[in-house]
Amino acid sequence: MEVVHIACCRVEIRIIMRDSPPRLKMVNIAKRFGTTQALNGVNVEVAAGEVHALVGENGAGKSTLMKVLAGVYRPDRGQMWLDGEPFVPHQPLDARRRGIAMIYQELSLAPHLSVMENILLGVEPARWGVIRWRQLRQQAYAALSELGLADLPLATPVQNLPPGYQQMVEIARAVVSQAKIVVLDEPTSSLTQHDVDRLFTLIRRLRERGLAVIYISHFLEEVHRISDRFTVLRDGETVGSGITSQTPIPKIVALMVGREVSELYPKRRRTRGPCILEVEGLTGTKKPIGASLRLHRGEILGIAGLVGAGRTELLRAIFGLDAVRAGHIRVGVFQGPASPGQRWRQGVGFLSEDRKREGLAVSLSIAENITLSRVDRLGPLGLVLPGREERIVTRWIERLSIRCEHLRQPTWTLSGGNQQKVALARLFFADVDVLLLDEPTRGIDVGSKAQIYRLIAEAADGSGGTSPKAVLMVSSYLPELLGLCDTIAVMFRGRLVACRPAEQWTEHSLMLAATGQNQVNLLNAP
Amino acid sequence: MRMPKLADSFRFTRDMWSSPWMTAIGRFTALIAVFLFFAALVEDGKFYTPRNLENILRQSAVYATAALGMTMIIIAGGIDLSVGSMIALSVVTVAWILDYHYTVYGPNGREETVYLIHQWPVLLPWTALVAGVLVSVLAGFINGATVVGLRLVPFIVTLGTMGIFRGLAKGLAQEKDIYPREDTWLTRLMDPTLTSHDPRWRVWILPPGVWILIVSAVVAALILRYTKLGRYIFAIGSNEETARLCGVPVGRVKIATYTLGGLFAGLAGLMQFSFIGGIGQPTSAIAYELFVIAAVVIGGGSLMGGQGSILGSVIGALIITILYMGGQQMGWPKWVQEAVIGVIIIAAVVIDRLRQHSAT
Repeated sequence: MEVVHIACCRVEIRIIMRDSPPRLKMVNIAKRFGTTQALNGVNVEVAAGEVHALVGENGAGKSTLMKVLAGVYRPDRGQMWLDGEPFVPHQPLDARRRGIAMIYQELSLAPHLSVMENILLGVEPARWGVIRWRQLRQQAYAALSELGLADLPLATPVQNLPPGYQQMVEIARAVVSQAKIVVLDEPTSSLTQHDVDRLFTLIRRLRERGLAVIYISHFLEEVHRISDRFTVLRDGETVGSGITSQTPIPKIVALMVGREVSELYPKRRRTRGPCILEVEGLTGTKKPIGASLRLHRGEILGIAGLVGAGRTELLRAIFGLDAVRAGHIRVGVFQGPASPGQRWRQGVGFLSEDRKREGLAVSLSIAENITLSRVDRLGPLGLVLPGREERIVTRWIERLSIRCEHLRQPTWTLSGGNQQKVALARLFFADVDVLLLDEPTRGIDVGSKAQIYRLIAEAADGSGGTSPKAVLMVSSYLPELLGLCDTIAVMFRGRLVACRPAEQWTEHSLMLAATGQNQVNLLNAP
Repeated sequence: MRMPKLADSFRFTRDMWSSPWMTAIGRFTALIAVFLFFAALVEDGKFYTPRNLENILRQSAVYATAALGMTMIIIAGGIDLSVGSMIALSVVTVAWILDYHYTVYGPNGREETVYLIHQWPVLLPWTALVAGVLVSVLAGFINGATVVGLRLVPFIVTLGTMGIFRGLAKGLAQEKDIYPREDTWLTRLMDPTLTSHDPRWRVWILPPGVWILIVSAVVAALILRYTKLGRYIFAIGSNEETARLCGVPVGRVKIATYTLGGLFAGLAGLMQFSFIGGIGQPTSAIAYELFVIAAVVIGGGSLMGGQGSILGSVIGALIITILYMGGQQMGWPKWVQEAVIGVIIIAAVVIDRLRQHSAT
């Protein structure tokens, strides 16, 4: 059993040599789409051998800026220099040739090819077009060991690796292809604490090799841990930059949102009502294993645990998306397993962790997504009455303050935070009593997070003018569990190992429980 | 508040170019361009005589009707390769019932062939009509049930049933064309109206088959737009996992979609029966599935699912017919016609994509 180090190590700031040109210099970059100025004079300077954090709320222009760097968009104005030479990429290939490697949230590996094939994709050692497998294996192994990743299996198709490791393969590929700048876009959003530590070790190695790393993240604690310097974007402009270790997090947040965020987590104002969801010894095909829990109206029950511990599977089994092999589920007066359709009608709603693949039909409109689970409310006899739909949807768009132009616009045009609000609005529209939320704030900015916390808390309080609802929430972000939940349970290898009031937990004890430490103790706990 | 966000900016330009109206206008423009092209080039204005216009309508009605069902199936992320075979099966079924006869022995021991059509002159055409449509409905249901029940890819399932239904049609007709004993009104469904010499027939303005198409198209568009089923079809094609998570009965909706596809193929079969002169020809409508799929794709349907429109598909069917007939009247060799249609299909999809990309 490996002990996870949570200890935060302060990183030394390398002295940036003023006489050599910076690795990357972007000056006065502007880009306009239609009527909106997406970027309006952005300045960024990144030195070789530094980790530079790029922070800002969703829609601040980070992704547009990175697409300009990657040659996807051409800026309307502004210049870029790479190692002192002008850099004008006309297309993504130009940027890649000059050594810019983008590692996106959506991984760009060939899922069926093995780890080593992916690492050397495009630069395979070959003679007469025939791949020399022994050399390929050696080169891939050499590249991986240099990065401290020698334990990765070389011949396994990357689709069988956990997502965190797929990302590391991608970084290894970037290094092999002689990248000078590696851009990491939200690299930790789906990682466990352990994998995050691993990734950070890898990032430090990249820095030691003299690469410049641009690190985009919403997790400011991580930004603080890993980056040397940072630049903050807001509304398409650079609003600040500096040395990370000399800037406290609240100051960065203030720069990002343009104001101080006073209260991220709303105050608890609820009383626990009757038990509305009872799960007894629930066992799925693999996970969960014998999970039992009781959820009450007016309660937010959080489930902590590592990725792969079976938290998502628990929610899916309750919701009827995955097969149940043993155990009982009772929802209010309804006993036994049910299909997702029945669950919606019984008053249970599910918010998926994977917005793009599962949570939203992104090519459908906001209205269609919100109403999809209860289309029968839009008219009699299987009809959809557009007028009624518009009235209802407009109400929810206002109540959740979803930022959009029109309720018929496709959901993919919204920012991540607003997409998540659309997915959440579906549960409110269906007027469910039990909300099953899987990573409800993944990949969204601080401002939207605060709004979503408030919505969840209001639902549980019953302060939105409805009866208090019950919330079962999975999250990998411990501060949010501690700040929002009344009760927190921990899942470890498919089992619910501990369930206690939130006040009795700390980040440290949650982490220990999630990694299987002190298990004997916890099993005896109530 | 603040400035509009980045995401909003994409939409502004996107809206202009890919609003439903722009899309419809774009497709109409393409249709008119193709028409004008042949109208200008075919000599003596032969291309825009009433007779020719009527022929274009009559010919495209079969494709367009079948394309209605195909549009729904493609929006739901599926495909139906068996549509040509279903049409043939309907054609043969109609003819087989109209031609149904048996032998009796008269009082003096003489063999006599009795035709059902003589005994039931009113009822039998209706029976044939209903049976012809129902057989395709059943075929569509089998497609859907197989896709859902056996969890197979629709391409494979309908590739198989394409052979099965064609085989059934040939078996029912005993591999010959069936010539029904009497002509009935079913034979005349697609007869020209405006250019007809019969004033009573001229009252129809358009052939009854084309009216069937118009009514069917309106119904199909309403289903897609204003019913739960239509909403579910789009949702499944857009993201099946989301649909399942939202409690959409994915299996049942798919079966319903393929069954509707069968219904429209059956109606197209009635038209085809009349169009080829009231013969039960088991080899008719061969390769129609390709024209029908092409019509849907030209009309903006995406084989990835989630996109498509009834109006677009009908326009697509018209474009294909005009190309086909125009090519013929220009005296182009058959191979040129086929190649041109192929190029147009690819061009249509490319233009569609450019249009959407120029927006983002």
